[in-house]
Amino acid sequence: MDHDPHTAVLPHAEPHAADAGHHHQASTRLYFVIWGVLMALLVLTVAVNEYDMGQWNFFVAFGIAMVKAVLIVLFFMHVKDSPGLTKVVACAGFFWLAIMLGLTFSDYVSRTWMGH
Amino acid sequence: MSEAHGVLAHHFDDLDQQRDSAELGMWLFLATEVLFFGGLFLAYTLYRTQNEQAFADASASLNLRLGTINTFVLLTSSLTMALAVHAAQTSQRKKLVQLLTATLVLGVAFLAIKGVEWHEDYVENMIPFLTTHFHLHHGPNPPRPASALFVNLYFLMTGLHALHMVIGMVIMAIYTLKARVGRFDGLRATPINLLGLYWHFVDIVWVFLFPFLYLIGASEHGP
Repeated sequence: MDHDPHTAVLPHAEPHAADAGHHHQASTRLYFVIWGVLMALLVLTVAVNEYDMGQWNFFVAFGIAMVKAVLIVLFFMHVKDSPGLTKVVACAGFFWLAIMLGLTFSDYVSRTWMGH
Repeated sequence: MSEAHGVLAHHFDDLDQQRDSAELGMWLFLATEVLFFGGLFLAYTLYRTQNEQAFADASASLNLRLGTINTFVLLTSSLTMALAVHAAQTSQRKKLVQLLTATLVLGVAFLAIKGVEWHEDYVENMIPFLTTHFHLHHGPNPPRPASALFVNLYFLMTGLHALHMVIGMVIMAIYTLKARVGRFDGLRATPINLLGLYWHFVDIVWVFLFPFLYLIGASEHGP
C-alpha cells in the first residue's frame, strides 16, 4: 500500500485547524494591549531622542522600531497563530533584506581597512 | 458546513487550507515589498554613513511634531484594521463597516498631515527638485550638498509610502461598500484579512521611516 502524503500531513494539519478556529474567537482585548504598547514605544522613542547619545541614538531608535515591527507582525498580522509555511515566508522577506544589507555593508565597511 | 457551500473553491481540500493559501500568497507579495522598500532603505543607510552631518542637518528641518502625530494616527489605524478583521470573521457586519470606515478616516488624516508637511517644505524651498534655491528650515544655509540627497530620499520614500496607502485606501473604500451588504461575513472574511495584512505592512514601513527620517538630527532639533 502506498503511503499517501496527505494522510501523513493530516495529524499536523488538524490541530492547526482547530487552533485557527479558536484564534478567531479570541478576545479583541489583546489588540488594544498591543496598541497600548506600540503607543508607549512611540512616546519612548521620541523622548529618548531628546538626549544626545551620539551614535547610540540611531541604534536605540532602530531597536525600538524593530520591536514595534515584530509586535505588529506577530499580533496584528497574526503570524503567531499562522501555519509554519506562512511563518517561513514572512521571515524570508526580512532574511533576504538582511542579506542585501549585510553583503553591501560588508563591502563598504571593510573598504577603509585596506588603508587607502 | 452548509455555510461553506459556494465559499470553498473546488481545488482546495477545506476552508482552512483555502484561507492559509490566500494568506501565504499575500505574504509572498509582501516579501517582494520588503525588498522593494528595502532597496531604498539600503540607499538611505549607505549615503547616511557617508554624509552623516548633512543628513542630520536636513533631518532636523523636518517637522518632528507632525511626524510623531502621524505615527500615532497610522498605528491607531492598524488597531482599527485588526479589529475590522475580527469583526468580519465573527460576522459583525455593522461593526465591520464602522471599523473599516474608521481605518479609512485615519488613512485620510495621515495623508492630510503628510500633505501639510510637504506643503511646508514647498513654501520653505526645501524641495531640491522643485527649487533652484534649496534651503533648510533649521540648519546651516547654504546647506551641505548631501542634505539635498537626504531630502530627495525623504520625498521618494514618503511618496512611495503614501502611494501604497492610497492603493490600500481605494481597495478599503470598495470593501467598505461591499461589507454593507454582507459580502465578507464569517467564512468570506478572507479579503478583509488580506487587506489587513497589506495595511499592517504599510504601517511597518512607516514605523521604520519615522526614526530613519525624523529622529537622526537628535542634537539639532530645537525645543
